[in-house]
Amino acid sequence: MKNVLIVDDSSAIRTLIRSIVEDIGEVNVFEASTGFEALKTLPTQRIDLALIDINMPDINGLELTNFIKSSEQYRHIPVIIITTESSDEDRKKGLGLGAQAYITKPFKYDELQEIIKENLGL
Amino acid sequence: MTPSKKDFVAEAEEILEEVTSSALELQDGFNADILNSVFRSIHTMKGLAGLFGLKALSEFSHAFESFLDDLRMERIDFTPEVVEFILNTIDVLRGFVAEVGEGRELSDVEEAIRDIEAFRKKAPRKTGEVSIEDIGLDPSIVKVLSEYEEQRLKSNFREGKGIYIIRTIFKLDDFSDRIEELTSILKRTGEIIATLPTSEGVPDGHLGFNFLYSSKESEERIRKDAGVDDIKVVVQPTPPVQKKTYQPRPSPSLKSSTNTVRVDIDKLDSILDNISDLVMAKGAVFRIAKELSETYGYEPLVIDVHKVAQSLERSLTELQERILGLRMIPFQQLFIRLSQIIRRYARNTNKEIELKLYGEDTEIDKQIAEDIMDPLVHLVRNAIDHGIETKEERLRLNKTPHGTLTLKAYSKGNSVVVEVKDDGRGLDVEKIRKRAIEKKLIKEGQELDRREIINLIFTPGFSTKKDVSEISGRGMGMDIVKEKIASLGGFVDVETQENAGTTFIITLPITLAIVRALIVQCGDQRFAIPLTSITETITVSEADIQTIEGREVIEHRNELLPLVRVASVFNLKESHQQEYYAVIAGVGERRLGLLIDTIHEQTEIVIKPLGEHLRDIPCLSGAAEVGRHEVVFVIDMDRMMEEALRRRDISTSAL
Repeated sequence: MKNVLIVDDSSAIRTLIRSIVEDIGEVNVFEASTGFEALKTLPTQRIDLALIDINMPDINGLELTNFIKSSEQYRHIPVIIITTESSDEDRKKGLGLGAQAYITKPFKYDELQEIIKENLGL
Repeated sequence: MTPSKKDFVAEAEEILEEVTSSALELQDGFNADILNSVFRSIHTMKGLAGLFGLKALSEFSHAFESFLDDLRMERIDFTPEVVEFILNTIDVLRGFVAEVGEGRELSDVEEAIRDIEAFRKKAPRKTGEVSIEDIGLDPSIVKVLSEYEEQRLKSNFREGKGIYIIRTIFKLDDFSDRIEELTSILKRTGEIIATLPTSEGVPDGHLGFNFLYSSKESEERIRKDAGVDDIKVVVQPTPPVQKKTYQPRPSPSLKSSTNTVRVDIDKLDSILDNISDLVMAKGAVFRIAKELSETYGYEPLVIDVHKVAQSLERSLTELQERILGLRMIPFQQLFIRLSQIIRRYARNTNKEIELKLYGEDTEIDKQIAEDIMDPLVHLVRNAIDHGIETKEERLRLNKTPHGTLTLKAYSKGNSVVVEVKDDGRGLDVEKIRKRAIEKKLIKEGQELDRREIINLIFTPGFSTKKDVSEISGRGMGMDIVKEKIASLGGFVDVETQENAGTTFIITLPITLAIVRALIVQCGDQRFAIPLTSITETITVSEADIQTIEGREVIEHRNELLPLVRVASVFNLKESHQQEYYAVIAGVGERRLGLLIDTIHEQTEIVIKPLGEHLRDIPCLSGAAEVGRHEVVFVIDMDRMMEEALRRRDISTSAL
């Protein structure tokens, strides 16, 4: 079983991404609606992949990605940023922080599922 | 589970509600936090629409978002016109979401997008840039900042504010609460540009947070106010040269909980239906217990049945209350929609209106809230259109140039009261009388007191084409307003004073679902009368009934109490008894006694609407099932009062 963490403040989008992840099979999904919630989930679960939105209340996705990628214990978790940001600046920043991929909404079902599988090593 | 269009509409409506209340706050002046939350909402809307394949809506949101982005990045100036434009564009967006909900094609999206582009182009542009390097912030922090955060950093720097990094360490268990406490203090005198979590040098079970913070206050001051030790100064504040217009407000609360689910109101309704079945079953258990004890006396087994019935009752009451609690929404949601309408109409009529809102936290059943919206809109339109005078006229009358419209909600016992008050010219009693005579609603010379005359505005046929205007003409008549309110089990009162204004006072039940009622009987027909409208019940002997000016009255507590025979209202066969019961009802200041044959028990009823063929029977508000699946009619006391008034007119004219 792989554990996937979805961080997005829109519940409809979380549900949508969840269905894409669950279709892969053999995965547990954890949801967080804010960066703070994600920070609370991280120490309690062995997370194998994080799917992170950028624009969120409290801390944004870049700040969360930076936290994961600069922490000894979480550095290994692959991060996929899924966002509506199409600003080149932010895209560069996201990848610069160590995110594995940067996907812009609206994404294609297959495309996202492929990238998720790849990063889960499936 | 795959999300459906319903999910989209539900979330879109939530976003609209949020964005509207934020945008209204912008009317108080520029506020970076609030502007950013408006931007974020529209941004979410764009993403959401895109994912649900709503291309046109996504494009519209994109145009709107770009405009908001220019604004928050301070590429264009923040002016009252801009706020007005934002509010109008939210209205347009709301229209589109409604169209999606109804499954219709979006109308005129291109035109709406062009409107935004045009406004964006002609908005005054700002110039002057600071480079991020000038600030001298550690590159490891700069690399995390989003474009917007960079912009806020530059803007604060330009204004000569101090830039600080505040380091904190919190326990994992309660860090979000602690951060909320800290940020609410920090936001009083500055802006939190970014919150950067870190695990560097942090013990197990803890989290570190670095706040990139900007404030005009000194390091010392911040240390003292916020109770933090570790502050690194990136840029010292420079004393202000000119007065700043930017006023940070206390922090909006951090959204940090997802322990909530959104439930379709239909689902709650179906649970309530189940409960009302249970309420009926409970009634049956009580009845059986009663019959058993009458037949067998209080045997242990019979006592058991009584006990079961009682604990059933307790649990059911609690269950009902909880479910009803879930259906409650704060009035704020109604007020937000109303304030938009008021703003728009005020503009269209060229009247300046100050809006005062009270009791936004008062709660009301969601269904009642929906149903009361149209009547409220009508009253508000009327107030702006007919009540509040033009600026010139107000000045001539020594009044403030702007009119004041007050919306007030508060709870009162088992009811919720909404007041719509204007400080306009007030109702002209003489004019109403003339109009009523003209419309043959009353006879010339007929004696009516002031209150009775004012209440004529609610009579069908009173409103005429004469006062149809662009604004209020599209609405309903006052008779429909009253009918709508009555159908919700409420009533409306008017207070008015010449040149001081008019207040409509609407009293509504807190919930529609379940009411306690008295079951009464007339001939072989049983009726239910909601307890809320009953003041007392008395016995009346036929001999005490007198006829004065063609109407039947009795003397009760040294006053004459008008009577109505329920049997004659509903054309039932009249029983001729020596003694009747009278249910005395007082609605507002009017009182009336209803003559009936027998009084039965008090019980809880669920009022269901009448079928099509019964809808025309006056004075009934619905039907309810009681006892052994017997259907009784529910008497509408307010309508009964009117009926009494009308009957009196008929009898006086017959004299």
